[in-house]
Formats: sequence, structure tokens, C-alpha cells
Amino acid sequence: MKQYLLSIYQPDGDPPPPEVLDPIMRDLAKLNDEMRAAGAWVFAVGLHEASTATTLRSRDGEVLVTDGPYAEGKEHLGGFTIVAAEDLDAALAWGRKLAEVLSPLAVEVRPIQGLSQGEG
Amino acid sequence: MAVLVRVLGDIDLVEEAVQDAFAAAVQRWPTDGIPPSPAGWIITTARNRAIDRLRRESRRDAKHAQAALLHEAGAPREEGPVRDDRLRLIFTCCHPALAPAAQVALTLRLLGGLTTPEIARAFLVPEATTAQRIVRAKGKIRDARIPYRIPYDADLPERLRAVLAVVYLIFNEGYAASSGDRLVREDLCAEAIRLGRLLAELMPDEPEVLGLLALMLLTQSRRAARTSATGELVVLSDQDRALWDRELVAEGQEIVRRCLRRNQPGPYQIQAAINAVHSDGPPTDWWQILQLYDQLMAVAPSPVVALNRAVAVAEVDGPEAALAIVDGLDLDRSYVFHSVRADLLRRLGRAAEAATAYDEALARTANAAEIAFLRGRRDELG
Repeated sequence: MKQYLLSIYQPDGDPPPPEVLDPIMRDLAKLNDEMRAAGAWVFAVGLHEASTATTLRSRDGEVLVTDGPYAEGKEHLGGFTIVAAEDLDAALAWGRKLAEVLSPLAVEVRPIQGLSQGEG
Repeated sequence: MAVLVRVLGDIDLVEEAVQDAFAAAVQRWPTDGIPPSPAGWIITTARNRAIDRLRRESRRDAKHAQAALLHEAGAPREEGPVRDDRLRLIFTCCHPALAPAAQVALTLRLLGGLTTPEIARAFLVPEATTAQRIVRAKGKIRDARIPYRIPYDADLPERLRAVLAVVYLIFNEGYAASSGDRLVREDLCAEAIRLGRLLAELMPDEPEVLGLLALMLLTQSRRAARTSATGELVVLSDQDRALWDRELVAEGQEIVRRCLRRNQPGPYQIQAAINAVHSDGPPTDWWQILQLYDQLMAVAPSPVVALNRAVAVAEVDGPEAALAIVDGLDLDRSYVFHSVRADLLRRLGRAAEAATAYDEALARTANAAEIAFLRGRRDELG
């Protein structure tokens, strides 16, 4: 099995009102259960908004601390799920379900290094 | 090669191993004689070379595991599995997770057998760009583990559409010849038809596969008649039918008849049927062509289809009805749109407007044959 990172990108600002958000969160919980039942679920988290981020970078032996997310933009990483999948098609199938639950947010699927040889 | 790619999962490794095997064949076959199964010999030799390479080039455990796996895989057979493997490779090369340009380059490189410089020349892209596209695509196939697999039934229609789109794009790139090295571009048409034949052989029960092959054959049959001796574009109605390739016409029409009997129409089959009607006559049965365009608009509506349908409407119901349709289309950027409009205005006796429309068309094409054709038509307006 190989592992894939499913990153969720969401626009900055206030979350949608409860009447919109609640059903989405219920569907998301259902999807996580489905992933667990299929043995695909590895890890999933939601993040606090990007304005709570602190960025660090070491240059010439000195670590620079910056308030805010690394990349400036209107959309940031809002959370992620790690799934175990046989191949990209299987990972994309989970990604597709996640994107449907979180529509219109973008879901980025990336393979995680290692764990690929010998086990598949 | 596809057999080995499936077993090894690394296209670069396989390419090198196959090259090694051919080099060994060149050395040994003249003295040892050609083996009873040359393809099997190459596959087995390449597999052994790949194992050697894996052992030699890396001490990492994973690579050793990969080499061990190969030993267990057993001798690959030639017939059925080879065919299936080529099909798997087509679906991998045309995987939707790869950018369209990468799908095309990879398909031509791995299934068409064009070299990277040839692909670059054909698509008027710098060689380094093409090489990078191919390297990146191979890297993604390996690292993201894009599977070598015929898609599951549920995904097959969508995935097959992607494969057919890649083949048709290769054909059109060769046929439209917007500029560039002429010979190489004609190679693209031949490559696309070869891929179409391969698909038809591998998936004989998919009517759209046959439809695409017929469409390409019928289009290709008119190639020699499509430009005049002076390099000017010749429209269908003015073409010298003696220049059409009769064998291609016959083959294309036979496939269209087979599709009609099957009665599972799709966009490629309908376009092939339209071309089959054009290959009949004279006179051209415009009423039947219009029926087919109506059918095409029902399954795959687009402004371009509507424009082509309008050309048939002009023949059946007259230029006025056609112009009303054309004027409602949002195709300002297309030279064909302005060219069709100009022709309709000319036939309605609105010469000044027709001249303006020809100028609009001229401003939107860089193809010498098309420019010569449009200038000629405009000058005839007097």
C-alpha cells in the first residue's frame, strides 16, 4: 500500500454559517467512517485559520519568525486527510468523494514518499 | 516493452534495459542465428538486464526487493498478455492525472515510437520542453503510482474518451498543419491512424473506437485533394475526387456501416458517418448530412458543431436560414466562423459585408493554404 496526502484548500475568512457547515461536517464524518471501514483511513485533521499560523525560516544560522502563513494568498491549507491506497486511481477515488463533500473547495492529492516498494 | 513496464513499474529502467537487449541482439543474432521467438528473447534479455542494473546501480533494500520480485515473475508469455499490456500502457499514458500535452508526448514516445526530437518538432515545442514533459510524466507515473491497468468498467467510458481525445488530437495536429515542418506533421496523421488501428484491434467491441478510426481514415482519404498545386486550400465541394484515396474511403465507409449495424451512436461515429456521406455522390446528400448534424448536436452540442451544421442548413434551407444560425454563435476567434459567414454573405449578394468577413477571417489564420484560399475568394467579390 502507498499513502497519499489529501490536502483541502479553503478561502480565508469566516467559515460558512452553521446551517451550511453542519451538514458538510456530518457528511465529512460519514466519509471518514467509510474510509476507516475500508481500511484506507490513516489520519485526518482540520486546521485553525491561516491567520493563526507562524512561519519560521533559518538563514545564515538565524531563524526568522514571521506572523502568518508561508504563502500569501486568498486560499490556504484548511485541513488534510492521509489515506492508504493501492494506487493513484484508488487515492483519486477517495479524493473525489472528499471534494464532493467539501464542494467547491479544491482537494490536492499527493503521493507520500516511502512505503511504496515491496509492500504492494 | 509494456510487459516489462508492468512488471518493473519504472519506464526509464525498462527503456534502458530494452536498449541493452537490442544491442545484445545486434551482437549475437548474426553469429548465433535469430532465436525462434525474437520478441520473447528481447523481453527475457531485457528483464535480465534490468535485474543486473537494479543490482549494480543500487544497494538499497528496496531495489533488491524489486530484483527479487522479478525473478519470481516467471517468463512472460507473448500473445494475449502482450496485447493486454499495450492496452494498459495506453490507459496509463492517457491518464487524466497527466496534463494533456504530457499525455500526447508520452503516447507518441511509448506507443507511437517517435523520438523526443520528432515529437518536439511535430508540436513546434522546444526539444528541452518536450524532454522535460516526458521525464516529469514518467516521474509522476512512478511516484504517484499511476496504475498500469485497464480501468474498471465504471470508469471505462470516461477513460476511453480521454484516450480517443489524445489520438484525435494527434491526428488533427497533423492534419490542420497550422505551420511548421510539413513532412513530420504528415507523420502525425499516420501515427494517429496507426494508434487508432491498434485500439480497434485491442477493443473491437467499443463502437466509438471504430468511429474514430473511420473518421480519421475518411478525412485522410481526401488529403491529396485538399490543397491545389499552388498550395491553396481546396474546399470539399471543389475537390478533384480522382485524387481521393479510394482504399481509405472504402475502408472508412465499411467501418461506418459496421457501426450503423451496431446502432450505439456516439460523437466520433456520427462525424465518421457525415464524412462517409461526403465521400458518396456527387451530388452530395445534404439532407442526410443535416440529419446527422442534428443527431450530433443532440449528443455533443458545441458552437463548432452548430457552425458545421449551419453549412448543411445553407444547402438544404438556403443561406439566409444558415446566416441566422451563424450570427447567433459565439465564435469570433475562429477563422472558420468568419470564413463561413463570408461565404453566406457572398451567396446572399451582400458583397461589402462579405469582404469585411473575409478580412476578419484572414486576420485569424497563419496557414498559407488558408490565406491563399481566403484572398482568392475575397478578390472574386470584385
